Amino acid sequence: MKNYDKLINDLAPQKFGKLGVIWTCSLIVIIILGIIAYIDQLIKGQEVTNMRDYALWGIYISNFVFFVATSFVGSVIVAILRLTKNTWRTPLVRIAEIIALASIVMAGITIMIDMARPDRLLNLFIHARLQSPITWDVIIIPTYIVLSFLLLYFPLIPDLAILKKHYKDDKPTLSKWYGKLALNWTGSKVQKAIQEKSIKIIALMIIPVGLILQTIDAWLFSTTYRIGWDSTNFGPYFIAGAFVAGIGALVTIIYIVRRVYKLEEYITEFHFDKIGKLLVLACLTYLYFNINEYLIPAYTATVDEAIHLETLFTGHYSILFWLVMVGGLIVPTIILLFKKGRKPLPMFIVGLLVVLGSWWKRYIIVTPTLLHPFLPIQGVPESWRSYFPSVHEWLITFATLAMAFLIITILVRYLPIIPIQRTADENESFENNKNAE
Amino acid sequence: MKNNTKNSRRKFLDKGLKLGIVTAIGGIGLTKLASKLTAQTESHSGEKMELMTTDGTMIEVDSSEVMEMDNSRKHEEYNVREGMPNRKFVMVVDLARCKNALKCQSSCNKNHYITGDNAWIKVYKMQESTDTAPYWMPTTCQHCDKPACVTVCPVDATFKRKDGLVLIDNERCIGCRFCMAACPYSTRVFNWSEPNQGEITVNMEGMPNANHEYASPEYAGMPSVKGTVDKCDFCPHMIKHDELPHCVSACPNNVFYFGDKYEDTVSNGDEIVRLSSLLEKRAGYRLMEGLGTQPSVYYLPPKDRLVDFKDGEEFYKEFESVEKPE
Repeated sequence: MKNYDKLINDLAPQKFGKLGVIWTCSLIVIIILGIIAYIDQLIKGQEVTNMRDYALWGIYISNFVFFVATSFVGSVIVAILRLTKNTWRTPLVRIAEIIALASIVMAGITIMIDMARPDRLLNLFIHARLQSPITWDVIIIPTYIVLSFLLLYFPLIPDLAILKKHYKDDKPTLSKWYGKLALNWTGSKVQKAIQEKSIKIIALMIIPVGLILQTIDAWLFSTTYRIGWDSTNFGPYFIAGAFVAGIGALVTIIYIVRRVYKLEEYITEFHFDKIGKLLVLACLTYLYFNINEYLIPAYTATVDEAIHLETLFTGHYSILFWLVMVGGLIVPTIILLFKKGRKPLPMFIVGLLVVLGSWWKRYIIVTPTLLHPFLPIQGVPESWRSYFPSVHEWLITFATLAMAFLIITILVRYLPIIPIQRTADENESFENNKNAE
Repeated sequence: MKNNTKNSRRKFLDKGLKLGIVTAIGGIGLTKLASKLTAQTESHSGEKMELMTTDGTMIEVDSSEVMEMDNSRKHEEYNVREGMPNRKFVMVVDLARCKNALKCQSSCNKNHYITGDNAWIKVYKMQESTDTAPYWMPTTCQHCDKPACVTVCPVDATFKRKDGLVLIDNERCIGCRFCMAACPYSTRVFNWSEPNQGEITVNMEGMPNANHEYASPEYAGMPSVKGTVDKCDFCPHMIKHDELPHCVSACPNNVFYFGDKYEDTVSNGDEIVRLSSLLEKRAGYRLMEGLGTQPSVYYLPPKDRLVDFKDGEEFYKEFESVEKPE
């Protein structure tokens, strides 16, 4: 029983230290700056961005694609590992689900920021046309938000009941909130059966929905004639990319949470090793699709395609392209192949590289293609021939990233980031097994 | 000699076939008429009239059977989203005549109140490879029969009409710019900021159906709406009154032909020509036919040029298509 108390004390949400408060406050400041920039964009129009008739999509769209990709971690880590009965997932699932929820919510918000007429949002429902990939997005993103939320919430219920008890005397208001959210959880057999079944259904559902979500995201591009987008490879290519981005984000955030909350006892090097192996699998898969996407077309490239590939390989975007490919994909793969590379600190660095690479990778997918239309760019101001985000775009994009971090931070602050009940159950069965031997 | 006999035989067969079809159709018509007429009193005038069918064959019809066609329906109100009934508008651009005078562009800009940086009609300086000759290529919206832009629009703001026009409902557009990404001809322009078209309401007074409060797909660009997409509209506000689009009538070199595919005629303002024979004789083609978008704009290759390419260099502005007031 003492063990159990220690578990609760260790895993119950902790108050932020000084650093946590500074972190949260700076996030809020960034968000406020972004909101101001967005209001300005609403008033003046998207003229404040550096997007124009040729570079008609920019950082908003690539950022949206990044958020969608990151949210894939919910399907991968939580659902797939659950269904394949990989028990090492236990201390990682909640953080993964929190990241997935924050990302997909922010993806929904980011795509609305790109809309020049957000006041006509309802038209998407009133005049919806099923043949447009955007309509598919309108259907799939809310679905994924709901499923992600439920996949976070259902396993959380027993823990909320524990926290209600835990805070009964110290913080009655907080305890009351936990109690309300715990939905009268008593831990009875019937309740457990219902909970178990619900989680299983959600986990089963979120895998196809996650795959569809990533694919639709790819189809936003591959349903056009544009060179560099018009590719049958795009669906699996995006899924593989999401695999990488999601796990990369998970590794990075887990490392930080583990250090700040001092959870070394629960999230061990063993877990990092395991997730490192998963990440290297993801990276290799993604590498495979990248070869399919960039190297093989070089053999049969039409003139236009050749120009596009040239800008990536040796031209205007080559530095960014190779930084992303080598720094964000090849180097991480090599590091992760070694056992020493899968220790927590190297993993953290790899995770950062992968996430940064993933973000810029989306930029590389969106921008160069738009600047190589079929007809030459003529009769427009010279500045329209290139694109780099404006101050407004950066402010707004940083604000969306900060908002994702804020959602994660708040959830990490108030929820037990390692499932208490589950860990206790596992420990118990572990002890029982030991005794039985 | 051999060829000649072959040709004359072909002509004979051709004529015979046509005559056969005409008599067959006429026969059917007559029997129908006859069945009607038996109920009525016989009223053959006995006078015959010579008429020409749409394919150019002369036929004789009893004058009592001739009725005047109802032309008034042409100008009747029609559904803006469905288009003018029984019409199919096409354009032909004769590249041999274009010398980049840019009058089409300035007229279009003026009449559509284009205030942005990107004109709807552009004259590209084209040269496929260093071994081939350069030429000037005006582009409008291609008004594709399989429009990629319409397919991807999530709210049906851009739509295809039966009369061939692809138009935009600027009161519905949500500004996602997916149509712009989808269009392979880069023809769509976006209102990135509030279009500064203040004087339109005054200038529009002389125009037919003026005083509309909101932007109408039939009056694209008048007024333009912030945060929505604009593009060449084939001037439905002109063609529904049987007038040519602004670019066609403004061109000093008769580059543009405009007309109705069903009538098989196009006009550049000076002459009316048969569309099918023009395309056949001059080897007409469409831009990026391989994409399968099936544009309504045809191009005649710059063969036997009437103008010198270099003449156009004088007006060529690489970075400007809309004149800004000083």
